[in-house]
Amino acid sequence: MITGLFEALFNGISIGAVLLIAALGLAIVFGLMGVINLAHGELMMLGAYTTFVVQNGFKILGGPLFEFYILFALVFAFLVTAAVGFILERGVIRYLYGRPLETLLATWGVSLILQQFVRSVNWVLVIGIALFCLLFFGAMWILSRRPDFQRIRNWVVAVMLPLSLGIAGATGAFLGQSFQLAVTQPWFGAQNLDVTAPSWLRGGLPIGSFQLPYARLFIIGLTIVCVVGIYVFLQLTPWGLRIRAVTQNRSMSACLGIPTEKVDALTFALGSGLAGVAGCAISLLGSVGPNTGQNYIVDTFMVVVVGGVGKLVGTIVAAMAIGTANYLIGSGTLALLLTPVKPLADIFTFFATTSMAKVLVFALIIAFLQVRPGGIFPQKGRTVDA
Amino acid sequence: MRVAVLTTNLLAYIGATTGGLPLRTRLYYIEALRKSCKYQVFVSYVTISPRDLHYYNGLTMNVSLVGLIQLGVQNMARRLGRRKFILYGSATLGTSLLLKACAKPSANTTETTTTTTTTNTSSTGGGDTIKVGILHSLSGTMAISEKSVVDAEQLAIEEINAAGGVLGKKIQPILEDGASDWPTFAEKAKKLIDQDKVATIFGCWTSASRKAVLPVFEQKKHLLWYPVQYEGQECSQDIFYTGAAPNQQIEPAVDWLLQNKGKDFFLVGSDYVFPRTANTIIKAQLAAKGGKTVGEDYLPLGNTEVTPIITKIKAVLPNGGVIFNTLNGDSNVALFKQMQGAGLTPDKYPSMSVSIAEEEVKAIGPEFLKGHYASWNYFQTVDTPANKKFVQAFKKKYGENRVTNDPMEAAYIAVYLWKQAVEKAKTTDIAAVKKAALGQTFDAPEGKITLENNHHLAKFVRIGEVGEDGLFKIVYSSKEAVKPIPWNQYVAETKGYACDWSNPNKGGKYKGT
Repeated sequence: MITGLFEALFNGISIGAVLLIAALGLAIVFGLMGVINLAHGELMMLGAYTTFVVQNGFKILGGPLFEFYILFALVFAFLVTAAVGFILERGVIRYLYGRPLETLLATWGVSLILQQFVRSVNWVLVIGIALFCLLFFGAMWILSRRPDFQRIRNWVVAVMLPLSLGIAGATGAFLGQSFQLAVTQPWFGAQNLDVTAPSWLRGGLPIGSFQLPYARLFIIGLTIVCVVGIYVFLQLTPWGLRIRAVTQNRSMSACLGIPTEKVDALTFALGSGLAGVAGCAISLLGSVGPNTGQNYIVDTFMVVVVGGVGKLVGTIVAAMAIGTANYLIGSGTLALLLTPVKPLADIFTFFATTSMAKVLVFALIIAFLQVRPGGIFPQKGRTVDA
Repeated sequence: MRVAVLTTNLLAYIGATTGGLPLRTRLYYIEALRKSCKYQVFVSYVTISPRDLHYYNGLTMNVSLVGLIQLGVQNMARRLGRRKFILYGSATLGTSLLLKACAKPSANTTETTTTTTTTNTSSTGGGDTIKVGILHSLSGTMAISEKSVVDAEQLAIEEINAAGGVLGKKIQPILEDGASDWPTFAEKAKKLIDQDKVATIFGCWTSASRKAVLPVFEQKKHLLWYPVQYEGQECSQDIFYTGAAPNQQIEPAVDWLLQNKGKDFFLVGSDYVFPRTANTIIKAQLAAKGGKTVGEDYLPLGNTEVTPIITKIKAVLPNGGVIFNTLNGDSNVALFKQMQGAGLTPDKYPSMSVSIAEEEVKAIGPEFLKGHYASWNYFQTVDTPANKKFVQAFKKKYGENRVTNDPMEAAYIAVYLWKQAVEKAKTTDIAAVKKAALGQTFDAPEGKITLENNHHLAKFVRIGEVGEDGLFKIVYSSKEAVKPIPWNQYVAETKGYACDWSNPNKGGKYKGT
């Protein structure tokens, strides 16, 4: 009985930890900034792909170092996705603040672009894009030092855009023809990829008849580190203070000299970076492929909404609650516990398959949001009233 | 009345964000900014209605600066006028069209076309080519699997064309993207038949997509070659099924497990039509042969949280047992990775999968799958001369690291069988081809197969164990090709039914002996 209880608790927490680490980035981007980022899942996917690349890099190095690639992968995944998030914020999202519907559509578009990008990325594509950026933005940069730049700007764009596109396209075509498969072969392709956990993360720690999977323990640990890290960052650092200030009252913060644009970019990059870390973590459990992110996006939004938008502690509680509920119902543990109460047990036996458990959990969530539309920890304060 | 307020802030245009606030608050901020900062650049617009004018009493404004700002904003709005926009827009469009036209010869190597549905336009004119349709998902969830089937079909077409084509004409494939969306499949099938007037169509992967296009093919009396193992219980006059029927994959696998691995089965599947039908068949078969179904569970497609399932397996099979796995897609990866983590090893909990082939093994990782089993008609490791040739040709065309699998082989066979049928009928007329196709044999990579009168193939059955290199070690192989039985004999509703299209009186579903 004790082991049974412990097992249920551990499994519930481990499912909750996966939900939480996937939702942490979103809790910042959606919760604090109010940006509905449908590309969050794809940022996780990029994190998982980064893990794959780092893994392959360490495979070449070989030796005992390979066993620790996952730690480097976490760092790289954070950096890569934070960079992508930064570009995304600067390039797309900052023009859409305060327009949730447009943000939703734009980020959904971005998610499709990212998916197709990892499917078809190859040397030709990368060289083409790099060349285009170099020519176009390089020309803009050089010419922007001319005093009459504002006057000729439109002409520069009109000339440089087709010109750089043409050169990039022609170079791509040339490379494709002269090197054939070597450059046109996709790096990853549409297939799922094989990310192998280092041997110390495979298998599990046996406790009686029960075995604690190391990968799950690792994810739980990682989640704790991330949560503590975010807490420390938001509460104890100057930039954390600025982020909180901008979240609470953007205009007032601006008045007081906080560079809100920089704060926005930083916050978004931080949230994206956390998505990358989550992507690295889930590659230990599930598949790595172009669709990886889509499997998580609904769950992450659900966690943030149930927890209460804008509250990190709400996200934590919600993730744990949903994870445990999912496990208890789906595995039939609840039905087993309720055996004495016959009708209840029958109901829970009916819901004791994974897909039916999801149905029940969603039904419960809908009912809960009817009672408390603001989530477990609704936000209070002036921003809500305005 | 419109008033522009100019104040200063190093942070410039941030003041614009005060837009959504009540007027009183806005003015307060503007005033605060005016006082606190160093009078440089800050622009904010306030539209004032006469009744709000008294708010402005406390505000002092530099009127000349107001005028200046208004001027500046007007200029900004004019900078990209409509006329200029049209001019630049059309110039850009024209240039891109020109570039596109120039790049035509290398269309499939530039990055712009790798992502779109390309129609292969290498034809030399309408008279000496035969058009065939290829209808698979090139985007969306199913693209992962279906892309490689398209590769195999194109390889077969290329080989046939290199050897002189069909009836002296070259085959011209027309690619359409079903986009993993079933209504799109039906729409594109209509397009291929009505607009492109193709001679036949090779396509579909999921049962759902096949069911979606079936009415189209039956209405137009057209012809589809379907290359994937499926759940059976269907026998259309307008479809040739070149994948396995349940009695050529699932049933022999269950028999083999009963003999070699154990009697207690746990069934895991994705939550859609194929796994549910397949598990109905397995349960009926186990009941008939003395096995026992101790539990079953279904995961929504794409779900990767399998902890509850693992708990259940351990609860009902504490001492080990057989797991029969009909999961599809990403859930497979999660199941095998987490099974290993939870200590469910193949020596105690061997699993038999019917949707994991070489490509999937590569994606999941052989170290998670080593020792587990899969049942197919074809493995890359099958030892026949035809297979050596097929594997070699495939790797040469698509790269050394690619692997071949069962649906790819079935698709490859389909193209050749169609070619033989056309040659026998001496026409591409669909009714004649359908008739000529029955009884065709082909020396396929898996062995010599025959197209039976019930529109399915007599195929070899094999069971493979995943090895360290990610390929299968064949542990069981049927001595001869197994005849297909589309209507399942274990399921009460279809027991005793059969299918024979060589005799129009019998048709798709008739009561046999």
